Amino acid sequence: MVRWRPNGRHPFVQLRSDFDRLMGDLLSGTAAPVARAVRAFPAVNVWEEGEQLFAEAELPGTKKEDLEISVTGNELTIRGRRGSSVAEGTSFHRQERGVGEFSRSLRLPYDVDAEQVEATLRDGVLLLKLPKAASAKPRKIQVQSGPST
Amino acid sequence: MTSEATLQKEPATDAEATRPGPRYLPNVDIIETKNELLLVADLPGVAAGEIDIEFEDGQLSVSAPAKPRQSEGTRYLVREYGVGDFHRTFRVSEQIDASRIAAEFNDGVLTLHLPKVEAVKPRKISVQG
Repeated sequence: MVRWRPNGRHPFVQLRSDFDRLMGDLLSGTAAPVARAVRAFPAVNVWEEGEQLFAEAELPGTKKEDLEISVTGNELTIRGRRGSSVAEGTSFHRQERGVGEFSRSLRLPYDVDAEQVEATLRDGVLLLKLPKAASAKPRKIQVQSGPST
Repeated sequence: MTSEATLQKEPATDAEATRPGPRYLPNVDIIETKNELLLVADLPGVAAGEIDIEFEDGQLSVSAPAKPRQSEGTRYLVREYGVGDFHRTFRVSEQIDASRIAAEFNDGVLTLHLPKVEAVKPRKISVQG
């Protein structure tokens, strides 16, 4: 498998940009409660609306046929690939856009109904609708009236 | 720290914005070919018609508004990235024919063709002998 490879930044530039990003995240309130030294690709946002979970990931330049999404129980996996913007051997002045294959697995807070999962990819943004599985929904238990004795 | 972090969005820090909200630096590839400079920028979630490209005095700037895709009160269970306008400026040292700059936008990726001015293209000079 071809690894997702980021390209060619000077380590110091890298460090500075990491620092800037961290500061920016802290200031804008998007920082995770625990600092993540390693960030997996793609970054994912997950939220809940009613009995549905939503997951979103930014995947610019990935075609829908190059994307494979699977759900088993409460585990969501997003796999895909992105090709290079140009032919091999071209001279790059900057190369920041990663290319190759990626795979990300994520544990959701509850089981989702894999049959009902919907995925849309628009302008490089993947949106997943993940309805709660029946088994994860609270069940109403009817109280039977007992025989009166 | 792994280098994978380069793939994440970075907040833009070059100039102060006139309106609040996070701004991000798009990841770009810049490629030089014989006839042009090619700039490829990741702008996920942006509408093609709203991308603003300016080229003046050798300075190229790309701005693209990205509106929040979830309502303001959304409580995230996992939040690994923020959404906000993209902005980035480049100083282009090559002589560019501004009148022929062309752009395409597909799947959240902007491709900008910056053709070199004719005179700058390398000319083969044959040695007479």
